[in-house]
Amino acid sequence: MLATAADWLGAACLVGGALLALAAGIGVLRFPDVLDRMHAATKPQVLGVLLLLAGLALRLRTPRDLGMVALVAVFQLATAPVAAQMIARAAYRSGRVDRSLLDADELADR
Amino acid sequence: MTAGPGEARAGRVRLGVRRWRDQAVALGWLVLIWNLLWGEFTWGNLLAGLLMGAAVLVFFPLPSVTFAGRLRPAALLVLAGRFVVELVVASAHIARIAVQPGYVPRSAVIAVPLRVPTDLNLALTAELVSLVPGTLVIEADRATGTLYLHVMDVRGPQDLVANRRRVLTVERRLVRAIGSSAELRRVYEPSADRAPGGPADPGGSTDPADPGGPAGPDPVDPTDKENRP
Repeated sequence: MLATAADWLGAACLVGGALLALAAGIGVLRFPDVLDRMHAATKPQVLGVLLLLAGLALRLRTPRDLGMVALVAVFQLATAPVAAQMIARAAYRSGRVDRSLLDADELADR
Repeated sequence: MTAGPGEARAGRVRLGVRRWRDQAVALGWLVLIWNLLWGEFTWGNLLAGLLMGAAVLVFFPLPSVTFAGRLRPAALLVLAGRFVVELVVASAHIARIAVQPGYVPRSAVIAVPLRVPTDLNLALTAELVSLVPGTLVIEADRATGTLYLHVMDVRGPQDLVANRRRVLTVERRLVRAIGSSAELRRVYEPSADRAPGGPADPGGSTDPADPGGPAGPDPVDPTDKENRP
């Protein structure tokens, strides 16, 4: 009974995570410039990956795999912002920013 | 400098002890990660983890992080809970504008000066803010403790204000969870008080007017209050 519930919950998590990954992919295609695309490429990914991992943990339910899943989550959360920031900074500094899309730019005044 | 040589030596010893304690904590985490990577806890993994951890700490030394606060479990739970809520809401928002036909979002780059400009607070706030969709850290100015953020889907000036406030709220929750009491006081001051060029370094180590030399955040507070209306 409990196993069935966990299976269904895990399946729901997997589908939710996959949908978020799909939305992220569409965002990367559709958003106008590098910085906007970074939002889509890195962010729905965070919740998407967490949901996928939660789904995985609910389906697998063995301590050995749970440890690995926890590690993946921790490293994902720790590294995603760093990667995003490096790309965003490189894009900004090399001028790959569409200024017509910006309402304000307080970094330019610095 | 009013401190005598004995006091200075005691301070150095205290610093050394703290540094060793930090290293031991880091080693413990590395051993845990090593065992999780192998998937099981055995004596062999424990030993190999200790060796690997020690090698990492020796060959890739990092600048020591000053952690002056203390952990508050209840506030930590609030931080985590609010973070998950924000994560879900913002993910849904970005996913929606990604699939909304014909919608071109406008964005902005805003500067948010943090009220507790320590390295640890700057890094953790940047991480938390950056994990939530809709805000992207472009640049972090360590000297002034300022985060430069790219904010997505801006519909007017009120969104800029709202995002600034949101970042400062995240900072406040973070300081409530792990900050020292002096940092807590800074965070509860009205947010407009930190003018550019104001007291930027609560450690006081670079401030020539600070007679105590490198000290904890506490000695700075009285001067802070004098500066405020």
